[in-house]
This record gives sequence, structure tokens and C-alpha cells, in this order.
Amino acid sequence: METYWEPVWLTLKLALLTTSVLLVVGTPVAWWLARSRHWARQPIAAIVALPLVLPPTVLGFYLLLLLGPNGWVGQFTQSLGLGLLPFTFEGLVVASVIYSLPFTVQPLHNAFDAIGEGFLETAATLRAGPWDRFFFVVLPLARNGFITASVLTFAHTIGEFGVILMIGGNIPGETKVLSVAIYDHVESLEYTQAHWLSAGMVAFSFVVLVTLYTLNGRARAGAFR
Amino acid sequence: MTSANIRARFDCRFPGFHLNVDLALPGTGITALFGHSGCGKTTLLRCMAGLQQATGELTVFGDAWQTAHTFKPVHRRPLAYVFQETHLFPHLSVSKNLTFGQRRVPANQRKIDFDDAVAWLGLAHLLDRMPARLSGGERQRVAIARAILTSPNLLLMDEPLSALDQGSKQDILPYLERLRDHLAMPIVYVSHSTSEVARLANHIVMMDQGKVVAQGPLQETLARIDHPFRLEEDAGIIVEGRLEELDEHWHLARFRFDGGSLWLRQDEKLQPGDTARIQVLAKDVSIALSEHRDQSIQNLLEARVDQIETDISPGTTLVRLMSGETPFLSRLTSRSAAQLALEPGQQVWIQIKSVALVE
Repeated sequence: METYWEPVWLTLKLALLTTSVLLVVGTPVAWWLARSRHWARQPIAAIVALPLVLPPTVLGFYLLLLLGPNGWVGQFTQSLGLGLLPFTFEGLVVASVIYSLPFTVQPLHNAFDAIGEGFLETAATLRAGPWDRFFFVVLPLARNGFITASVLTFAHTIGEFGVILMIGGNIPGETKVLSVAIYDHVESLEYTQAHWLSAGMVAFSFVVLVTLYTLNGRARAGAFR
Repeated sequence: MTSANIRARFDCRFPGFHLNVDLALPGTGITALFGHSGCGKTTLLRCMAGLQQATGELTVFGDAWQTAHTFKPVHRRPLAYVFQETHLFPHLSVSKNLTFGQRRVPANQRKIDFDDAVAWLGLAHLLDRMPARLSGGERQRVAIARAILTSPNLLLMDEPLSALDQGSKQDILPYLERLRDHLAMPIVYVSHSTSEVARLANHIVMMDQGKVVAQGPLQETLARIDHPFRLEEDAGIIVEGRLEELDEHWHLARFRFDGGSLWLRQDEKLQPGDTARIQVLAKDVSIALSEHRDQSIQNLLEARVDQIETDISPGTTLVRLMSGETPFLSRLTSRSAAQLALEPGQQVWIQIKSVALVE
């Protein structure tokens, strides 16, 4: 029973951690993309969107090289005494953060774009400084964007397979997440177990999407209360 | 010129546009920034607020908001700004919108009481509403109250009425008059509407293509005909005076001003003794060399020709006449001006076809 639930907990832990990290990292990136007039804006937007179009194996391959003993990130982590990231849970978090980046940044970018300059200028004339404007005007007005970004990132990380296999392998309790466990069960012709986990995923994904649409719908109606 | 408490000098270039102004504005009353759309009046207002970066200097009541080397960010300037589009925060109720700025001002600098602002702008019954459930006029009143609740030293208003229908405009004007008369703070009011300016302003800055073409007290400036900026159909003057007797039978009221009196149609809002502003458009004033009583126009005044200039549209002439100390403008065809052989200093009669009460 212990091993049966282990991939589930591991997956939830990974998704939760990835979502938290991405909300912190993705918010300033999305803000910059929405507000900046810098020439590098479009190239950076493209880089952020790359994980959407690249096969996960390609992403996983380069991450493996980068984080491995000869990659510069790998050499850096080694010099810090952290060891190497591939085939560890921490390595999965790093890979997931990169893989799911567009699912956080794009909804936030759209939400920030929709706010428009007028509310921010108004807040400034009402004595709100930059941080004050961000927390009391931008965050509440972009609430739907944050809900969408969190839910999509969380769900997308749970469904991750290719990158994980490339960078994390299949170590029980360390990198063996749900999708990999299902693959294992199918390979070993354990269809009952594969069914349980797969059906669980279908139900989970459905519940997540229904929740998302309901929340967004209600938030939209809420503006006219 | 009135004592200048606000000194503003800005230079700001965009492709195809160059704002270059040097202004001295009074520290009380409403100053109208007036001109056609695209003349730079909104850009100037945004420069004063710090929303638009421009080279220049700005000092308000001795406080340097911008110098050649310093630029105080918008949120550190004790100003308030009313936008044309109101920008009420949609996620906050009316009362939370109202206190948004007030809460950010230190308590000892709050000069305007929440309940007073709510009462002045008639918002008591709207406090719990969300902005999406307000009418256009209500939204603008909330935006104005929210602005003044920061107790600013300078209130900037960018065409606050232009997005409203005629009815809502008429509803808001009295609130603005009340603010002008109750608040000590100066208001800079951007408008392209002559009727709003005629009714509200004490001081006017006329702008054209990024430059100031005339500035000064309203009545005096409107009566000038030597500056290159012309109002064409809207050229006219404002006279302040007092209502005297009522003629109940003919439904008329006598309006007395420095230089004579005129008959106005009676207005139920005004009683004898009340002060009032009237507008007399140049196109409604004609000139006669002698007094004619055998005609329909009732308002005849003796006047002296002061100045004659060709008008902007071909074939017309603008004449400035003094009735006592009050200037009037008359717009004639150049042919009639030539036939009358008008020249400065000449005594004539002016016939005023229509007089509009603006307040």
C-alpha cells in the first residue's frame, strides 16, 4: 500500500512546489512582458513559450546536459557542494519549473495586459507608490489570471512525463511520479493498477478544470455584484 | 495678473507635436486649459501631474515638483487628478474607492472630511454600490469625491464631463460650482467646451498647437481680439452682474452690470439680488450709428468702439466695444464695417439679439 500511494504523494509535492516557485518567478516575468517596451520583449516572450512547442524529450535532453557533471549549471551546483541535480527530486522541480513556465506566465501576462495603464495612473495620483499599486490594484484586478495560472501550472506539472523520464529516471520515492508509475504498470502488464491510477488522473483533471471554469465564471459575475 | 502660486514651464516633443509652455497660474479658483482637441491641453495637464515626462520646471505653492535636475514621482505630489474615464477601481465598492487615496494621506494632512465630500457630491445613497452599477454621472461624482479626499494642493481635471450626456452634464455642473466656491484649492480644468468654461472658469489659458496663445482672467481674456486664437462661432464675452427688477408681465428680468443693464428672459432659479454670469456671443451683437427704437431688438447699449481686427474667416471683422468698463465683441461682415466707417473712439449703439444666462 505504501508504494502504491508513494507516486501520488510525490507527484502532488512536485506540483505544489513547482506552482509555488513559478508564481514567485513567473509574476515578475509576466509583469515585465506586459509593461516593458524593451526590444528584447518579443524574443523573451518567445523563449518563455518554447516549452509549449518543444517535445519534452528535447527539453529534457538539454536540461540533462546543462545540469549534468559537464554542464555549467552542474559544475556550479557541484562547486556549491550540492551535488548534481539529475535523478533527484530537486532536479525534477527545476525541470518542471522550466517546463511549466508558459502555463504560469501566459495567463498572468494576459491578465496584466488587460488592466491597462489608467488604473495604475489613477492609483499613483491617489498617492500609491509602485509596490502599493502592485499589491492593491494589480493583484486584485489580475485575480482571475492568478487562479488560471495556478490551476494550469499545477495540473500541467502533474501530467508531466517526458521531461521527468529524461531527467529523473524512475527512482521510487525520489523521482517516480504518477505518470511514470502508470507507464511502469503498463510495461509490466499490471493493467488493474494502471487503471486505478489513470482513472484517478482523469477524474482529478476533470475536477480541476470544472473548478477553474466555475471560479473564473463566478469572479466575472462578481464584478457586477 | 493675479499672484502666481503655480509656475509651470514644459517642453515636450512627440513626432508631429511640440508642447512648449510657460505659465503662471493663480492659487485659487478654476483655471481652464482651453483649446481644440490636439492642442496639447491634456498633455500639459499630464506633465503637471508627472504622468508625462517632459523637460521643464514646476513649482506649486513654493514646493518644487520638478526642476531641471529633480522629478518628484506622481505619488509623492500632493495633487489629485480626475480622469475623463473616471477609472473607478472595479474591485472596490464606492466607499472603498473614496477612501483609497484618503487612507494613503497622513491623518494630520487630511483637511477634507469624508462626510463632507460625500454630502457635497451627493453620494450618501451610493456608498455600498460597486462601480459597475453606477450611471455615468454618478461615476464621475465618485471620481471627483475620491480625488478631493486626498486634500490636494492642486486638483487637475481632464474633461471630466466630456464622456457624459447633456443631462448628466447639467447635473454635475452645480457640484463643480460648489467645489469651486467651497474649496480653497486651485483647480486646473481641461475643456474644449465654451459653455463649461463660461460657466466655471475664473481664469483661462488658451492653447493652440502646443503653445499658449492667451492667458489671464476669464472676462478680460475672452474680450481680447488681438491674439491669433479665435473662437469663430463661439467668440463672445462673459459679463458678471446682478439681477434687479422682474417684469412679471413680459416674463423678463433686468440684469445690471458695470456699464448698463440688459433684459433677460426670467429664470425661476434666480431672484432679484442674485449675482449671475451671462454670455453674449459676438455673432449676436450688431452695431448702429444712431439709436433705433423701431425694431425688434430690445437690448440697446451705448458703446465706444475700442479696437477693430479682421476675423479668422474671410470677409468678417471683429469689433471690440466698451460699454462703460465692460467690453463687448461684435462680429460683422467686413462690408458693413466699411460702410459704417467704424474707427476707434467712435460712439455707437450696440444691439444685442440674444443673451444667455450661464449660471
